[in-house]
This record gives sequence, structure tokens and C-alpha cells, in this order.
Amino acid sequence: MTPSLEAVGLTKRFGSFTALDHLNLRLDGAKCVGFLGPNGAGKTTALKMFTDLIFPSEGEAFINGISAQKDRKLALASCGDLIETPEIYPSLTPREALEMSGDLRGMRPEEIAARTEVVLEEVKMSEWVDQKVGRFSKGMKQRVNIAAALLSDPDVVILDEPSTGLDPRGVAEVRSIVQGLKKENRLIFMSSHILSEVVDVCDEVALIDHGKLLFYDSLSNVSKRLTSNATSVELAFLGPISDDTLASQVATVPGVSGVSRVNAQHARLIITGGAETQSQVLERLAAAKLGLVSFEPSQSALEELYLQEISKGEG
Amino acid sequence: MTTVAPLAPAPGAPTTIGQVPATLEQAFLLSRYQLRDYLRSRRFVLMMSIVAVIGAILTFVLSYFHTSDTVQGLTASSNAFYGSFWAGGVGVVIIFSGIIFGGDAIAGEFQNKTGYFLMGLPIRRASVYVGKFLAALAASIVAVLFYLAILIANGAFYLGSDALPFSLGESFAIALLYLLALLGAVFLFSSMFKNSLYAVLVVAVLFLFGFSIIQALITSLVKIEPWFIITYAQNVISYPFLSTLPAHMTTTTGPRGLRTTTYNPTYLEGFAIMAGYFLLTAVAGLFFFEREEFT
Repeated sequence: MTPSLEAVGLTKRFGSFTALDHLNLRLDGAKCVGFLGPNGAGKTTALKMFTDLIFPSEGEAFINGISAQKDRKLALASCGDLIETPEIYPSLTPREALEMSGDLRGMRPEEIAARTEVVLEEVKMSEWVDQKVGRFSKGMKQRVNIAAALLSDPDVVILDEPSTGLDPRGVAEVRSIVQGLKKENRLIFMSSHILSEVVDVCDEVALIDHGKLLFYDSLSNVSKRLTSNATSVELAFLGPISDDTLASQVATVPGVSGVSRVNAQHARLIITGGAETQSQVLERLAAAKLGLVSFEPSQSALEELYLQEISKGEG
Repeated sequence: MTTVAPLAPAPGAPTTIGQVPATLEQAFLLSRYQLRDYLRSRRFVLMMSIVAVIGAILTFVLSYFHTSDTVQGLTASSNAFYGSFWAGGVGVVIIFSGIIFGGDAIAGEFQNKTGYFLMGLPIRRASVYVGKFLAALAASIVAVLFYLAILIANGAFYLGSDALPFSLGESFAIALLYLLALLGAVFLFSSMFKNSLYAVLVVAVLFLFGFSIIQALITSLVKIEPWFIITYAQNVISYPFLSTLPAHMTTTTGPRGLRTTTYNPTYLEGFAIMAGYFLLTAVAGLFFFEREEFT
């Protein structure tokens, strides 16, 4: 069976506010898909509808072809999920919490015991297995939650910003855990607003903003779309730089195909051409004595596309 | 809007480990863990402390005033003893356990975010609701049994071999029905809120004095039988200890010709009120919970 997730016209309205607007998205096969978007874009709303925590105003969400709205029990049977930061009954230990999760999933006691060892080892919580969850930090609880999501070795894993609230070490560890989850016949759908996390972990990315899907493509295609011709460069100046100066002395440099202001002392250029053109642009800008203090190719291809698409939406 | 045809339903069972149990089985499984959580919680210690304090006061009063005519009268027979101390006290114990174990049972799932853990599992909301209800019921029964044990210990001291009359068993069964009805109502209020504090406050205010005040007002001002108020049915818990059941309706004329009417439920009415409350509130509570979103 090929794992799949699908949103068909998935829409959520809260009064007059549309949090998710007719999302049509089909993820099919074993891979990790990043669900990117700024805060309030509609990522969590979509994932909550996939797990039937909230109900669509229109449309339907399918897990492995089964509607989460029509049969949440069957749909979630092959899915492990982590939405927001769930709390576990504080007096339970990780072993008991996973036992409860396994029991409710219909796993046999010996399967639960064996998988508990594996998943707690995976999230580095083995030494806390018999301590009460109520005493754990947020990061430790999140690891137990991830372990619970993986307990039944599901084909579909839905993770909603799994590294939220973790310290930098925790973030790195969660990233490594998610990378470890990528295996044959497993589909991972992970929301994040951390671009580097998506670049490090995911094979494909779906970008959402204002409740609408902006694009869905593989990371390699995203890179191709941007790096084939244009490069984004961040400029920093000693002091404030006027719009006139940007227009007359920066935008007119050969090779520069676009200029936008980031703030008073920073601007972003789009340079069309390869490294040679970049070098020539830098020389021209330095010669113009504009007080340039740095010239730095910006971000990954994904970040660039992210900013472009988000700014289109804002425009 | 682009319409995309859904993927074909997955053939066969999921490849994931395990075969998800039936809805009722999941409810029982969940109740086991929920009860474990209750028994280890501070709220359980609080509830047991409340019962222990009530029991300690009762034991002290009985032993200190055992020579007084009143106490002598109460300890003269098991019906008099349990009619006063069991029937009078168990209603309070049930109300407190309902507030403590049920007040935030559903609201807490939203506020404490434990619902996100549970509802991420392949489980129907009905299983969660029923499972939590069963756990609250079991924890409340433990509290009621503790109160009963204190009374029986005192009864054994004062009544000897007459400490366990059959009427106590009957009254205990009625008390359990009252507990079911009260928990049903408490769960309904709990499922109407996403904030534990509001849920507990509303339940506490209503059951500790709200219903009693409404009952008194209805009886004295509107002059109708308050058959629709759950606490009215509580009176029947004491009936097994009475040789003659109280009159259903009594009208007395006081000073200046002021007529006062008091009502007592019949057995049938009491059972009907309790069963009705249980059924209606269970359905309504589940209805609310099924529609509540984890936003």
C-alpha cells in the first residue's frame, strides 16, 4: 500500500475569517513533505482537519484514502500525529502513556513493550521511562509525544512544528529524529516555519499563505527555478540609503534585474547571471562609494522562493 | 475551485501495527488509565480528605454526645442511625465527588491540552466521553465507599450485629443511581465549556446551593412540584430507612393564614428523575463534545 494524504477543497472559516481556503493537495508515496508558511498561514488549521480535531467548513481530508471526517478511527489507525504540543496525563509515566496509546490502537502487550523500548530510545527518553510526565520539561514532553506518534510504526506521520518550544539542542535532536523517520513506505507531512528545518529534512515542500496553497514542488525543482538564472544578494550600507540612490545608482548597474528595500540600511538585489556578473556588480557598487559594508548572497533557493511568494501575496 | 478526485480507499487493513478495538472497548481501556490518573492525583487526596473530615466530625460528635437523648435515639436502631448519617451525608459526598472528578473532566481536555494527545489517536469522541465518565464514576464510588466504611465502623460500635441492615443496601443502590444522574449532569456542564475553572464553578454553584435555592423558590413562589430538579430526587435515598414514606404533598397553614406547601418525591418519581437526568444529560453532553473543536 502506498501511503497518502489528500486535501480536497479543504476550507475552514471562523466567522468571516477564512483560515484555509479550498486547499487541494495530494501527497502520495514515501517521502517527507514540508508544509511551510508564516504564522497564521493556515498550516495548523489544515493539519487539525487531517486529524479531525477541527471540522472543515467545506471539503474533506483523506489519510490513506479514508476520510478523516467520515471515519476518523479508521483514518487515524495508520497515522501517527503530533499537533501543537499535547499534554499527557501528568501522573502517567512515558511507559504508561505509550501503553495507553498502544492499547487504544489495539496493539498487543508484547508489541507495545517492544516498540516502547525502540521509540523511547529513538527520542532519547529511555532513562526517564518510569518517571511521571508531570515533572518533565516541555522539550521532554514533546519527545514523549513524538514517541507516542511513532509507537505503532505508522505509514503516515503528521507533525505540526515538532521543534516548537525546544532549546537549540532539542531542535537539532528533533530534526535528526525526523530524518531518522524517513524510511521505505512512510509519508511524513511536517509543518514548519523554519526554512532550514525543511531544507535539511524534507524532499518536497508545500507553501501556504493566507490559507491558500502557493506552490507544491520538490526541493530540487525549487532550487532549479531560482538558481538557473538569478541570485539574490543582500546589501548593507553604512547609513540610510535613499530610494533615489537605489534607483539611480544600484538598479542601473548591468546585471542587476531587481532591487528592493529591506530597511533603511539594507536592500536586496536580484542579479541575473553567474558568479562573474556578481563580481562585476560588486566592483561597480564599491566604485560608486555608496558606503557599502556587505554584499552577501542571501538564503537558500527555498528561502528565496518563500519570500518571493509571500511578498506576492502581501502585494 | 479545482476539484480533485480523492485517492481510492486503501485496500485491506492498515499496515500499521495493531487492529483498533471497538468503541466500547476503547472506552473501558481509557477509563482504566484515567482512573489511574485520578487515583494518583491531588484531587483524589482532596476528595478522600473531605470524606475523612466528615467522618472524623461524625465520629467525634457521636462519641462526645453519646449520652445525650438525641444521639441515644439515633443509635437506638440501624434505620435511625443510617437514615440520619448515611442518607444525610452521602448526598454531600456525591456532590463533592461529582465536582472534583467530573467538573473539569471534559473542559480540562481542552484547557490542559490532554485532548490533543487523546484525539490524535484512532478513537471516537464517544469513547473518550464514556471512558472519562466511567473513570469519574469509579473514583466517586471509591469516595462513597470510604464514607460508607466510616459509617459502618461507627455503626458496628453502636449497633453491634445490626450494623448492616438490608435497607442500607437498598439505599446504597439508590445513591449510586443518584451519582450516575449527577455525574451525567456534571459532564454535560463540563462539555459546554473549554475552561476548567468556569466548568467547575458552574457545577459547584449549581449543585452546592443553586438547585436548592431554585427548588425552594419554585415550591414557595410558583407552588409547583420541582420534579425537574435533580437534587429534589435525592430525598429518596433516605426512604429505605423509613417505616412510613412521607406524604407526597403537605400543606400547612402558618401564622396569619400563610399556607406553605412542601413536596416529597415518590419512589417512582425519584427514580424517573434520576434516570431521566442521566439519559438526557449523557446524550446532550456527548452531543456538545462531538461538536466541540480543538481550536
